[in-house]
Amino acid sequence: MKICVLVKDVPDAAVQKRIDPSTMWLDRSGESTLNPFDTHAVEAAVRFKEGDDLEVDEVVAVTMGPEGAQRALQKAVALGADRSVHLCDDALAGSDVCATGKALAKVLEAESPDLVLLGQQSDDGECYTIGAVVAEHLKMPSLTQVVGIEVEGDKLKCERQAEYGYDTVALTMPAVISVGDAINEPRYPSLKAIMGAKKKPVDTKASSDVGLDASEVGEAGSKTTVTALNEPPAKEAGEIIEDEDTAETVDKIVTWLDERKLI
Amino acid sequence: MGGILVYALHDGEGNFNKNSLGALSAASGLAGELGSEAAAVVVGDVSDEQAQALGNYGVAKVYRAKDVPEGLAQPIVDVMAKVIQDDGFSYALFGGGLLGFEIGAGLTARLDAGVTMEVTSVKVADGKLIAERPILQDSQIADVGYVGEPGIIIGRLNAFDIEEKGGTAEVVDVDVDLSEWSTKAEMIQRGEQRGADVDIEAADILVGGGRGLGSAEGFEACEQLADAFDNGAVAATRAVVDAGWYPYAAQIGQTGKTVAPKLYLAVGVSGAIQHKVGMQNSETIIAINKDPNAPIFEFSDLGVVGDLNKIMPKLTEALKARKG
Ligand SMILES: Cc1cc2nc3c(=O)[nH]c(=O)nc-3n(C[C@H](O)[C@H](O)[C@H](O)COP(=O)(O)OP(=O)(O)OC[C@H]3O[C@@H](n4cnc5c(N)ncnc54)[C@H](O)[C@@H]3O)c2cc1C
Repeated sequence: MKICVLVKDVPDAAVQKRIDPSTMWLDRSGESTLNPFDTHAVEAAVRFKEGDDLEVDEVVAVTMGPEGAQRALQKAVALGADRSVHLCDDALAGSDVCATGKALAKVLEAESPDLVLLGQQSDDGECYTIGAVVAEHLKMPSLTQVVGIEVEGDKLKCERQAEYGYDTVALTMPAVISVGDAINEPRYPSLKAIMGAKKKPVDTKASSDVGLDASEVGEAGSKTTVTALNEPPAKEAGEIIEDEDTAETVDKIVTWLDERKLI
Repeated sequence: MGGILVYALHDGEGNFNKNSLGALSAASGLAGELGSEAAAVVVGDVSDEQAQALGNYGVAKVYRAKDVPEGLAQPIVDVMAKVIQDDGFSYALFGGGLLGFEIGAGLTARLDAGVTMEVTSVKVADGKLIAERPILQDSQIADVGYVGEPGIIIGRLNAFDIEEKGGTAEVVDVDVDLSEWSTKAEMIQRGEQRGADVDIEAADILVGGGRGLGSAEGFEACEQLADAFDNGAVAATRAVVDAGWYPYAAQIGQTGKTVAPKLYLAVGVSGAIQHKVGMQNSETIIAINKDPNAPIFEFSDLGVVGDLNKIMPKLTEALKARKG
């Protein structure tokens, strides 16, 4: 069977993220990296391949994004994916959730995976909906925020937290699952794996290669528009103490609490 | 035209979720401004009385799909897609939580519709709804409008206040053929409570522990610190609850509890939005975190940048000494 892992290239945590006011899109010019939440999805796929519960022939990393998004694919390969597919096309720029889901689903359709895994959220978009969008297009059952998966025949018994506590849900494959970051502790890639990943070919596809019409994606295919960006109500900045001498720090905290009658 | 359809989540026995009741209240107010109506969708075991009672939050009509199970998104996508298409709703609205995110996402694909998530407020402009969505760690707020219909709006936890308006809703039973793939997920157990049934809601002081504690043992230090206060208790992030370090009953946030104690003392908590939404209304917030760029410092009254392993034991000692 084949597992596809959806990954995303996101601004590095150290980069101060900003919106480009001319396009209302995220400025992606700075350093970027594989979305940290996706490493858990890659790890889960690779563990399935290494283990005996599923017969996994191949783990394929899939992304959509500008040229630089290759970095995310390389990292996914360094972490154990066998190959990667990059949907890269100027027509895709500015895609909202609706258009992005449609485009990713087309790439996945061409791969016809038995299982699609992705991370719980992207570090930049702060939404956790892509898995469910893609699943609906692929006509597959899906579950998000999954922190445990057990194989039972052609079913995957998944557990995750929802509004009332933990739910256990059995999904019949093929299925789409977004995994929570508690599902595993991702490995660190070896230097050899990192070097090797750079040499592996990336299958780069344009929208037309997967049967996408330019009108379905990018700004043209998006169903939302950002009409304005506003500042949140100003909030008084808190006080900050740098802990240099811990006895002194503790004194300051106690005084602060005392002044507010909290002790 | 302009109608707003709201999904009302319940516990399996028809006790509706607070966030859904908030969404109903908001929808009824917005529909009033648009000159349209708000309606609710419920699935599963909901009695006539329970469904009618949703009228109290301003909806005129409740669509009920009795045979569709509550708790899984895709069957509910089938129900909502049918109701939206048959009766021409212009918007679908969800209160905060998790299921609403999944259903809203499914509807986006099914109906080729725009979606906005983590919405904190909705307003009307030129006869249309605009969703306000904080972005980039809440540093800016985007106004999001929709191209075409329907528009899907997924609220952030606690975004919409409950308003009781009086009234009884008409209940309409709907029959829906489920999509083949919607039947391929089966709920085996719903709402399992993991770990001890701790009570955190009555506490004046909460010590919130996160992954920075390093292990389950780290929570012993949290408990000692909480004990050093009057009426203190320990709360937790999802990361540590999922890891099995602390009981689910103590979890704060999107899929946990919402609290507003006199003091929330966060140790080793990064301050992710999904945690923040459950504790941001605390009267005072103190954070101890070794990362000066941790988001939690953005909404703390007192931020202490340092190693919790050094600071916590000494702070506990100092508070205990004062207490005598
Ligand atoms: C749909 C959805 C729902 C969610 N629901 C919830 C929810 O209900 N509740 C919730 O809490 N989260 C929820 N989350 C998860 C949330 O996004 C975060 O992943 C989670 O809150 C992080 O927990 P944390 O702060 O314990 O861990 P981390 O984010 O890993 O933060 C640990 C922090 O500890 C600090 N630290 C480490 N070592 C030390 C040390 N020695 N001294 C001091 N500081 C240290 C680090 O600097 C870091 O800031 C949800 C996510 C999604 C996508």
